Amino acid sequence: MSERRAMLALADGTTFVGRALGAEGTTTGEVVFTTGMTGYQEVLTDPSYSGQIVTMTAPEIGNTGLNKEDGEDARPRLAGYVVREASNIVSNWRADESLDGYLARHGIVGIEGIDTRALTRHLRDHGSQNGAIGLLPDDNSAAREALVRKAREAPNMEGLDLATGVSCKVPYAWKEGTGLWKPAAPGAPDAKKIDKRVVAFDFGIKRNILRCLVDAGCDVTVVPSNTSAAAVLDLRPDGVFLSNGPGDPAAVTYAIETVRALLGKKPIFGICLGHQILGLALGATTSKLRFGHRGINQPVRDLTTGRIEITTQNHGFVVDVDSIGDAATVTHLHLNDGSVEGLAHKTLPAFSVQYHPESAAGPHDSLYLFERFTSAF
Amino acid sequence: MPRREDLRRILLIGSGPIVIGQACEFDYSGTQGAKALAAEGYEVVLVNSNPATIMTDPELAVRTYVEPLTVDSLTKVIERERPDALLPTLGGQTALNLALALDEAGVLAKYGVELIGASPTAIRKAEDRGLFKLACEKVGLSVPKSGHAHSVEDARAIVAEIGYPAILRPSFTLGGAGGGIVWSEGELVAKVEWALAQSPTREVLIEQSVLGWKEYELEVISDSVGNFAVVCSIENIDPMGVHTGDSITVAPAMTLTDRELQRLRDGARAIMREIGVATGGANVQFAVNPANGDVIVIEMNPRVSRSSALASKATGYAIAKVAAKLAIGYRLDELRNDITRVTSAAFEPTIDYVVTKWPRFAFEKFPGADPRLGTQMKSVGEAMAIGRTFCEALQKAARSLETGKDGLSSGLATQDYPALAQALERESRRDLGMEAAPDPHTAVRNEPTIDEQRAALRRLIAIPTADRFFQVADALRLGIEEAEIHAITGIDPWFLAQVRRILACERALTGAALEPTRVRGAKQLGFSDRQIARAAGKTETEVRTFREGAGIQPVFSRVDTCGAEFVAHTPYMYSTYETVDETPPDTDRRKVIILGGGPNRIGQGIEFDYCCVHAAFALREQGFETIMVNCNPETVSTDYDTSDRLYFEPLTFEDVLAICRNEARGGKLAGVIVQLGGQTPLKLAKPLVAAGIPILGTSAEAIDRAEDRALFDALLGKLGLQRPKGSIANDAAGARQIAQELGYPLLVRPSYVLGGRAMMIVHDQQELDHYVGVAVEVAMEAMRDAQAGHQKPVILLDQFLKDAIEVDVDCVADGTTVVIGGVMQHIEEAGIHSGDSACVLPPHTLPRHVVASIKEQTRMLAIELGVRGLMNVQFGVINQMTYVIEVNPRASRTSPFVSKATGVPLAKIAAKVMAGATLTELGIVDEVVPRHVCVKESVFPFSKFPGVDTILGPEMRSTGEVMGIAATFEVAFGKAITAASGPLPTSGAVVFSVRDEDKPVAIVCARKLHRMGFTLLATGGTAAAFGRAGLPCESVQKVRDGSPHIVDRIRDKDVVLVINTTTASREIRDSYAIRRQSLLTGKPYFTTMSAALAACDAIQAGATCAPGAPIEVRSLQEWHAKPASG
Repeated sequence: MSERRAMLALADGTTFVGRALGAEGTTTGEVVFTTGMTGYQEVLTDPSYSGQIVTMTAPEIGNTGLNKEDGEDARPRLAGYVVREASNIVSNWRADESLDGYLARHGIVGIEGIDTRALTRHLRDHGSQNGAIGLLPDDNSAAREALVRKAREAPNMEGLDLATGVSCKVPYAWKEGTGLWKPAAPGAPDAKKIDKRVVAFDFGIKRNILRCLVDAGCDVTVVPSNTSAAAVLDLRPDGVFLSNGPGDPAAVTYAIETVRALLGKKPIFGICLGHQILGLALGATTSKLRFGHRGINQPVRDLTTGRIEITTQNHGFVVDVDSIGDAATVTHLHLNDGSVEGLAHKTLPAFSVQYHPESAAGPHDSLYLFERFTSAF
Repeated sequence: MPRREDLRRILLIGSGPIVIGQACEFDYSGTQGAKALAAEGYEVVLVNSNPATIMTDPELAVRTYVEPLTVDSLTKVIERERPDALLPTLGGQTALNLALALDEAGVLAKYGVELIGASPTAIRKAEDRGLFKLACEKVGLSVPKSGHAHSVEDARAIVAEIGYPAILRPSFTLGGAGGGIVWSEGELVAKVEWALAQSPTREVLIEQSVLGWKEYELEVISDSVGNFAVVCSIENIDPMGVHTGDSITVAPAMTLTDRELQRLRDGARAIMREIGVATGGANVQFAVNPANGDVIVIEMNPRVSRSSALASKATGYAIAKVAAKLAIGYRLDELRNDITRVTSAAFEPTIDYVVTKWPRFAFEKFPGADPRLGTQMKSVGEAMAIGRTFCEALQKAARSLETGKDGLSSGLATQDYPALAQALERESRRDLGMEAAPDPHTAVRNEPTIDEQRAALRRLIAIPTADRFFQVADALRLGIEEAEIHAITGIDPWFLAQVRRILACERALTGAALEPTRVRGAKQLGFSDRQIARAAGKTETEVRTFREGAGIQPVFSRVDTCGAEFVAHTPYMYSTYETVDETPPDTDRRKVIILGGGPNRIGQGIEFDYCCVHAAFALREQGFETIMVNCNPETVSTDYDTSDRLYFEPLTFEDVLAICRNEARGGKLAGVIVQLGGQTPLKLAKPLVAAGIPILGTSAEAIDRAEDRALFDALLGKLGLQRPKGSIANDAAGARQIAQELGYPLLVRPSYVLGGRAMMIVHDQQELDHYVGVAVEVAMEAMRDAQAGHQKPVILLDQFLKDAIEVDVDCVADGTTVVIGGVMQHIEEAGIHSGDSACVLPPHTLPRHVVASIKEQTRMLAIELGVRGLMNVQFGVINQMTYVIEVNPRASRTSPFVSKATGVPLAKIAAKVMAGATLTELGIVDEVVPRHVCVKESVFPFSKFPGVDTILGPEMRSTGEVMGIAATFEVAFGKAITAASGPLPTSGAVVFSVRDEDKPVAIVCARKLHRMGFTLLATGGTAAAFGRAGLPCESVQKVRDGSPHIVDRIRDKDVVLVINTTTASREIRDSYAIRRQSLLTGKPYFTTMSAALAACDAIQAGATCAPGAPIEVRSLQEWHAKPASG
């Protein structure tokens, strides 16, 4: 817990003064908010937040500390962290570390004690925008202006390829399933043995996706985002998985090409950025949402069954519904704004969802998709 | 699936009278349900015995039956109405049980009524422990291991399986009697034998203990196609072992990782599917082992519950409304979220604030009650508070309770913890037998040393009680480590760490100068101005002036279900110390603020909420912008639909003033209504006026003239009205002297207490002397709570109007015109608190000219006081002489009853008058005296308080009421009794044990009963009197004469009715066991001769409501349509 004064400055000049949290220093990124009340550890370690300053709308964060099991990546990838109250204590049987300590250890600059609701309303009303967090030892207008300037100088999320940066650099095998935490939820993958092979493109992949693939009986090889179609096919997979990840999907042009080359060769399943890349490969376009969908309470309708899933989402870009040509069908829609939440190729075994069926954090309503994937092998 | 077209008429069952465990929350859910079904075009037929409910307002249904909630009367309603469907999931356990009973009796099948919302199979699976266990195991979830024992050997075998400690739950005992915890082998035999002895079937359920595990609830909703959402997670601060209704709870869950929470969600979903809940809301409770995350399912309610009301208020998600719509065929995704308008109801609310609920207890009303909290719920109400952080919400909840705490304040200066610890441990040793509680004694507070306090606190916090959390804070104040407190209490360290933050702030404020950063920090942690003032050695006003000068003001945020992701259209507000105010922009409408009643307690409950809701409805009709302030999550008033704007806030001066100023800032605040929410808002009248806030209706001065004794005497003198002679004493000697002048019996009470607290009738000097000590102590306590420390406590002594008939009158006045709402004759004689006695409207035995005189006196009082709004007057009538006992220029507890009886919406009219209309303009000119008869009967929580005497007195103890309505007094009374406690008997043995002065009336009763074929049993004197009157009677021994005695006899099956009256305190103790035994065996009993006589008349008139009795049911709409006399 720090009493060092810090400030969050938005590119439009709005500022919030609070207390420094985590590492000392200055950071910049796109300021976004997520509405999940649980799962801050999963948020902190979700590579899709790369380049973003993440605001938690839930006010009490850090209560259960951080543990060795719930990380979605080995380390946090986000650019900065904003909370109303960072817990002064860690209380959970699995906790190893406090929020403040964890952020400091990983060099993540954060801020606490600001009116996160005011910030959220501002982002909602004016759209996500870049921001900067820095220390504010003296509260003078020069210091404030300097931070606002830093926010303005930060690169714009549109047109930014961030996936390449967070992707693994060499392929690796993944063996671990959900184990003791295997969800007792309808449709949860529960294969008796590992008898399928999947190559997973890493654009910033979350571990729980890998765990779910293992639960579905897959031997998973994770490959860097720039792996060629030929190299993938050399691995003789039963299916190809396109992961989530940060940044503008349209900027990852090489991956779009690779996916186009793989279409029809192997069953394809994409999540989040992977979904957007599949959409682009199928000729659709993507665009940026005003402030995105980030939370674990987003309702989605599966158009094939009519059933509603409460889903986990984390995306700022979306596949434009009008751009989807004859090649693909919309399979899932967001109940609130009607945005595209799922796509499937009309004839080929290729489908994707914008949301996160692996949840982590969030409800286990959409796990059936993993077996839908393996049943296409 | 859209709404079902095959249904036309739907029957909705309410939950009956307010009792512990079933309160206003079911009026809230029933009202939402009735509104939702009507809005969908269905004909709603509603049954509820409780007249003080919004759901029984005739506008909410095509026909509203205020009838007993029994299979018999519901069968009659079904026979008459032929509904297509019955929706039982909004009326609590009562409605669910009735639906099941109607199904089992074949009534639903016979009349082709479909149960919607829950199937009989699902209800049985959820309610039956055995079936529930099987269901849980089937989906791979654990339940506490348990087994039924019929002997000590059985018990030994079961405990070998489940281990120590083990929980004992004797079957079929009321109030958890005989239950307990076996900690070790050494205790097993004694405790099991005791438990077996307590059970009428010699059966004990032995259950694995999960004491100290964390307790969670998930409020879930699902539709007919299996769509499912968690509306809210709730965490209990008190770990397992304390009933969730008695626990301080927090939403959302604070100490679970997402993985752990999702595990609970998966479990809840699996249980819902396995149980087969058709549609709607449900609640699943879990225990989580803090050491390893193990999960056990505790229970599941396949219906809307108290927690659903809390979850609705905590998140803004209208569970009952959605549940009603799901029951008639809609899917979740076909419904919109009312708050955002643009998003779907198929989602899980997310909140960016913290909600705490704090239960409110009434142990002071039940001397002898075991103060320890356990698996049996004991609280009578609750307050909820919203804050941006846990600390803020916690402290706001603490001050919302109105128990004299202005936050998490310290008891170190006022409480004698060593004495408390000793008393509590004594309680722990006292068996829950047939022994009367010891008399309350006056404890002299010693000045304990810090070490003594510390040691006492360690003992105290080990036992959950109403004040434990405050004691935990004091333990921290005295430097006991958090780790140790966690080990003793099982309270999660996270919560203790938050308390530490509050205490650190308190220390920083103590003795320090006020400084903006520090004060803002304190406000953000939920400190009230008073709390800051006490720490800093300032006055509350000084703190407020400083704070406002420094620009430290609350802003009002919105409850929006979505963490600000979408725009909220519903102005459901809470205060917090943040940066952006979200109060809606001003309109050109004039505003009225209505102050609610806060948490339910004995004497202030749903009746006042009913009045506040009516005011909101009425003023909205008049074109005002209505603004409600309340902190009780159970109520209809805190439904965001009820008023134009809802502030979910504590009802303290500071909080209310901030709201008034916020609303007055730009708009046109016409004024504040304080006279409808009971004492809570009424006591804010003066300070609000002083702060320049306009009060609508009767002036604060008029309220004073009615409440201040000297001014009241002057008022009556001026009008030439009589009242019982009385005087004020400062000490025991003074009291004795006054007693001599006035003569015994005397009604005595301490000053500065409310609701008949510690009011008593004394018959001789010995009783008076004993009383004076107690009264002074109570008065001191009350004054400490009210912080009126500068005044000396006094004792008020009044001539007791022995054998007087009490009469209540409700009227509405506009300053020039007075219209009588109703005159109610009490059935019990004077001396029983008006809130506890049964009453009849119109009066059934008073002569016409007495009633006329009572009305005239009421008019005179209303005019003289300048009443604008409601007024209630209590009279005593002896030999046709009338005495004014009390005048309350405000809404009374009887307002809803009168409205239901006469069809005249008194509270609505009063609200319009307060806002400036005249009665003539409103067309209210004549009193409506119905041709039918309505009887109100009170309902008591005695079964929840083993060890408490059931005898009635001047101190109110009922929690709720029912109404019987019929063409004759006898049938109306019979219905009321049936609704309150079950049907009167038609044959069997009646036990009499009455005081000498009641013997003549007892003989009248006995003769009637004898003629109807009842056999008579009586103790010594009563038996002899019956003999002399020529009545055959079996004589039984009194308890002190040894077994077999009267109490043994009451246990026998043939005894069907008990009539027992006493006066002097020794006799009361002697006969305690008679009343307790009657209660335990569930037999009807009467403790006043007047009520007993009325019961005999009802039985004679065939008005017992026993199955098959020819009693008609009829709706309020039909009763009200009958021409009434003017």
